[in-house]
Amino acid sequence: MQKTLYITSNGRLRRKDNTLYFETENEKRSIDIENVEQIHIFGEVDLNTKALNYISQYGIILHFYNYYGFYAGSFMPRKKNVSGDVVVRQALHYLDREKRIFLAYCFVESAVYHMMRNLRERKEAEAFLNAIDDEWENGKFNISSISELMGLEGRVRNIYYSSFNQFLPEDFYMEKREKRPPTNPINALISFGNSLIYSTVLTEIYHTQLDPSISFLHEPSEKRFSLSLDISEIFKPLVVDTVIFKLLNNHQLSLEHFDEDLNYCYLNQEGRKIFIKELQSKLETTVRHRQLNRNVSYKGFIRLECYKLIKHFIGDQVYSPLKAWW
Amino acid sequence: MSEELQELQDLKFQGIKINYLYVCKRKLWLFSKNITFENQSDKVLIGKVLHEYSYPKEDAKEVLIDNLIMIDIVSDGAVREVKYSSKMKEADIMQVMYYLYYLKQKGIEKQGIINYPKERRKEILQLTPEYEQKVKQALSEIEKITSQIAPPPATKQKICKSCAYFEFCWG
Ligand code: SF4
Repeated sequence: MQKTLYITSNGRLRRKDNTLYFETENEKRSIDIENVEQIHIFGEVDLNTKALNYISQYGIILHFYNYYGFYAGSFMPRKKNVSGDVVVRQALHYLDREKRIFLAYCFVESAVYHMMRNLRERKEAEAFLNAIDDEWENGKFNISSISELMGLEGRVRNIYYSSFNQFLPEDFYMEKREKRPPTNPINALISFGNSLIYSTVLTEIYHTQLDPSISFLHEPSEKRFSLSLDISEIFKPLVVDTVIFKLLNNHQLSLEHFDEDLNYCYLNQEGRKIFIKELQSKLETTVRHRQLNRNVSYKGFIRLECYKLIKHFIGDQVYSPLKAWW
Repeated sequence: MSEELQELQDLKFQGIKINYLYVCKRKLWLFSKNITFENQSDKVLIGKVLHEYSYPKEDAKEVLIDNLIMIDIVSDGAVREVKYSSKMKEADIMQVMYYLYYLKQKGIEKQGIINYPKERRKEILQLTPEYEQKVKQALSEIEKITSQIAPPPATKQKICKSCAYFEFCWG
């Protein structure tokens, strides 16, 4: 499998001859460039065009995060997999109101399915699970616009997040979900995880013919690569939330992993490392795929989701979003 | 890109299409719409190619990317195609026949060679009138398939397992 690299310390990316190095004050590490797919950069890293050009020859994507661990942007080398045909048809699905709602609905449906899946085994969350079920089952038949769908999704998500207080440690009590800036440690974790998923999805989209700026649930104008937001909906509860539950319930993360000076609203470097490690191992975890009869990683499922969208656009197979069956 | 290079590229693409016509029509359709997927070995190859550029040698090594053709018309007077294995024989032969046919239109008559380096074998091919006819038919069939709005549905075949589209078709 192609590797994902995370750089959490400060230093410099440098090309020397035909090797890429990451150098810090006291260390010089060579990077196996042929086997790297993407690099997430959290530290303060210097790099010049010589390094950048070398990195792009290998189609490697760089994702940058700011001091607080917030996603800042990505460097994506010139795309090799471009199909005018796919892009035109993707746009047609955006322009046609019903086709757009169909896809937007699919993303939300899968997201809700995975939220409910997360609560299913938890006795403490039973009432919330039922509330989500009611809200969704009653609401889903009355959707005639994207904003109605968004509203329904928002209501479901509120119930979902409020259930967290029932089974997460007390230190991680959440009043309500707040994104920018996060106002407490649990919000910080969710935001951090979501931006990691966003950039991971973006990398997968990059390797396909999909255009990341044409989206369905989110407005294409909302963010530059809003298709990544759409697909992320599926994987946020499936990947990020389960990682958070695990880290908190096993006490691998506690308040000491947050920046006290910033009111515990941001993970400190140690905290980020722990989170990244767990998220990465989750993304690499494999599941037997029934049709493929092969093991597919969670990350691989993101790619398959992209493939299914392409098949939908070219009129091959109607899109049916992932619903984890395992 | 120079005109010559562009022409060579088109020739290569057309050749691959002929090949796919015999391998899998769905693959042909997807390829014709530029729906292709790079894989890890492509990346390793880039590494090798770059490496060779930066360390020039007397003889450039032959590089294979997804059955990329080696049209070596000048040096040994033949169109040569290198294949990993002889499993797809019919498809390979037709691909080379197409090159020979193409060259013949330009007034160049050549032989074809298919090398199977792994099997230490080679095959010498001659463009016969029957094959010429077959190439023409193949070209018009390609035209027909690639102008369809949707791809031909996936049908499971033995070669699916090793096809670059496996996860796309069946995932
Ligand atoms: S996986 Fe099978 S059906 Fe799909 S393109 Fe390849 S050979 Fe054809």
